[in-house]
Amino acid sequence: MNNLLAARSQMAMSLAFHILFAAAGIAMPLMMVIAEWRWRRTRDEIWLTLAKRWAKGTAILFAVGAVSGTVLSFELGLLWPEFMKFAGPIIGMPFSLEGFAFFTEAIFLGIYLYGWTRVSPRAHLWAGVMVALSGAASAVFVIIANAWMNTPTGFSFYAGKVANVDPIAAMMNPSALGQTIHMVLAAYAAVGFAVAGIHALALLRDKQNLFHCRALAVALAVGGVAAILQPLSGDILGQMLAKNQPVKLAAMEGHFKTEKGAPLHIGGWPDENAKTTRYAIEIPYALSLMAFHDPNATVRGLESFPRDEWPPVKIVHFSFQIMVAAGTAMMLVALWAARRAWLVWRKKGPLDSKWFLRAVIAASPLGFVAIEAGWMVTEVGRQPWIISGVMRTAEAVTPMPGLVVPFISFTLLYVFLGLTVLWLLKRQVADSPRVYADAAKPVEGAGYAFD
Amino acid sequence: MLSIEVILAGAMMASLTLYVLLGGADFGGGVWDLLAALTKESGRKKAQRELIAEAIGPIWEANHVWLILVIVLLFTCFPSAFSVISTALHIPLVLMLIGIVLRGSAFIFRSYDNRADNVQRRWGRVFSIASLITPVLLGVTVGSISSGRIQIKDGIVTSGFVHSWLAPFPFAVGLFALALFAFLAAVYLTVEAKDEQLREDFRRRALVAAVMVGVLALVVFLFSFTGAPEIRRDLSASWWTWPLQIATAISAMGAIWFLWTRKFRLARVCAAAQVTLILWGWGAAMFPYLVVPGLTIQNAAAPAVTLQLTLIALVAGSLLLFPSFYYLFRIFKSNPEGATSQAQTTQRARPQDRE
Repeated sequence: MNNLLAARSQMAMSLAFHILFAAAGIAMPLMMVIAEWRWRRTRDEIWLTLAKRWAKGTAILFAVGAVSGTVLSFELGLLWPEFMKFAGPIIGMPFSLEGFAFFTEAIFLGIYLYGWTRVSPRAHLWAGVMVALSGAASAVFVIIANAWMNTPTGFSFYAGKVANVDPIAAMMNPSALGQTIHMVLAAYAAVGFAVAGIHALALLRDKQNLFHCRALAVALAVGGVAAILQPLSGDILGQMLAKNQPVKLAAMEGHFKTEKGAPLHIGGWPDENAKTTRYAIEIPYALSLMAFHDPNATVRGLESFPRDEWPPVKIVHFSFQIMVAAGTAMMLVALWAARRAWLVWRKKGPLDSKWFLRAVIAASPLGFVAIEAGWMVTEVGRQPWIISGVMRTAEAVTPMPGLVVPFISFTLLYVFLGLTVLWLLKRQVADSPRVYADAAKPVEGAGYAFD
Repeated sequence: MLSIEVILAGAMMASLTLYVLLGGADFGGGVWDLLAALTKESGRKKAQRELIAEAIGPIWEANHVWLILVIVLLFTCFPSAFSVISTALHIPLVLMLIGIVLRGSAFIFRSYDNRADNVQRRWGRVFSIASLITPVLLGVTVGSISSGRIQIKDGIVTSGFVHSWLAPFPFAVGLFALALFAFLAAVYLTVEAKDEQLREDFRRRALVAAVMVGVLALVVFLFSFTGAPEIRRDLSASWWTWPLQIATAISAMGAIWFLWTRKFRLARVCAAAQVTLILWGWGAAMFPYLVVPGLTIQNAAAPAVTLQLTLIALVAGSLLLFPSFYYLFRIFKSNPEGATSQAQTTQRARPQDRE
């Protein structure tokens, strides 16, 4: 494994690991705050139990997210010192702001987790709101920095040196808006569905358990709304790509020839040498329509770019297909959930019909699949550049030899952490409280595992 | 002289100071968790560990962010210094990160895993060993950038990936950092302990740590003759040296005296002052260098517009940050004695409670 590949693998692995916890850090606080707010409104203890349960999950996930995020902030320099030397002054600003958002999140999460008896109920709920807001803000700032790598703005070159640095213009780069909305929604959708899946699974085994019913309702509401809105943000991004990163769009679509009224390829096998995508389902005019909202618009194909500036087409195309497929499936389940919620509201049926629960369970990992696939599209689709059109990834890498060693070390460390987190969460879920409609009291000790 | 670069370097120093005073003490807590093994009586061993967990539980994640702020300021305002440091010190920094990851996650896993003794002990061991190693590596980093071993030519590190840090001086600084963190933690814990016996345990530990700090300060000083000649010269030749040394010595004596006479709150003030003075003495000796001898605050600085905007962001962020921090510490650190009932105190180590 050469050094560049080792550095890229380590970065990819670190990001892929961190994003799982970062997404949880964005969405879990919202759900726990909703549960606590319901408790404040209804005084129904089940909501309080739920808020506390979700808070425990948040605590574990946030801690791992915080430390893996720390690793990333160092890895920017450990792996890509030339990139940071160049980009630091231009794009350091959102990182500084993210620092403050992270501070706010950590402070108020401390108050939330340990402060149940220390602060007033009102202050406690507000602490949770602060965690939810600052979690989303952190994500926005970091994604702005990533968006700049895709569509760099806010500087120019003068005599081979960077000049006219404008950090505000860098933050306002063309990808920023689309990417931030897309990722924040993705976090709500993925975490909402994952949590919904856990509670749906419990409901299949333990029907009528009110604890799981309510948990399922909140998780599906958060995840479902996000999943239904997600295609809109995807559309914003698609148009942005067509304008600013046409080569990435072409790779995502397996689109080789520049043409008017370009068709959309669903699936298929992009053959870079033959410059065609085989075996795909073609929908005429659809790509032009999506990219420019005009069925006759011209969409640039990969052929119109120098071969050494193509990203790895297959990886980008497949990842994109996976992301879209996962997102579509989630949206359909979300619509089904909306339909069921309507029936429940009209008192025409329960939320937890068997087939519906099974669909929710099947959809529960899809959000995280879509997030990972989506980041593959973003990052691999930008190659061979670390900063589009400005700096190649190979120019940015550290001269440090033997990078395969830290890559393997961090991989093993993260596998260990990941398995431990899964084990701890499983433990949490395994002793959920059992509460039923006829006796609105916890039956079996409400499952406080720790006492 | 007080240019915007210098102000931002000062903000970095301030952030590092807060990291050491707050986050450093959290690592120190881990050291005492490990050394609780030396206490024979199992009830007291457990009580010590519970006090430590309770003291750092609500605040360690917020304290940790001070380090992130240092890094972010470094790469935004002094990007070439960040690039050089992370290249030359790749190995100790990677090890430090592994320490940070294991410390944080083991601490949280211990809080949320099975309460059975063997499970708790296993996570406790990971947590405490990581708390022992990480400060040493942080100190190695600080020692290396002061030592003059990191050589740069045309912005490229020429001193290699091992030579830059593998020397007695950086490791002496590493051990010194560990002693300081442990000292801070022990002093803070004397204030936070709720029963007499625990307080005495940590008083004794604080006194021992104070002696260790003194011994290791001497070791660092002796190694600095050959290990960091540049900043040692600065430290012994400048006009501010003697007032600073005397102030540091007075705070150190004060900390010991107040520990001896059991005025723990005053001891805490003196210990924090002592550590702050040590750090700022180091900072003043480093001035104007960021990495001795190649990078200075001036020649590593980002363009002016970046510095100005960062300063604005810092001021604006602080308006949000300091009140929030004050609120956090007021909730968890004010008046630990007497204010809470027995029922609450037995549970405070754990983030969950039954109602």
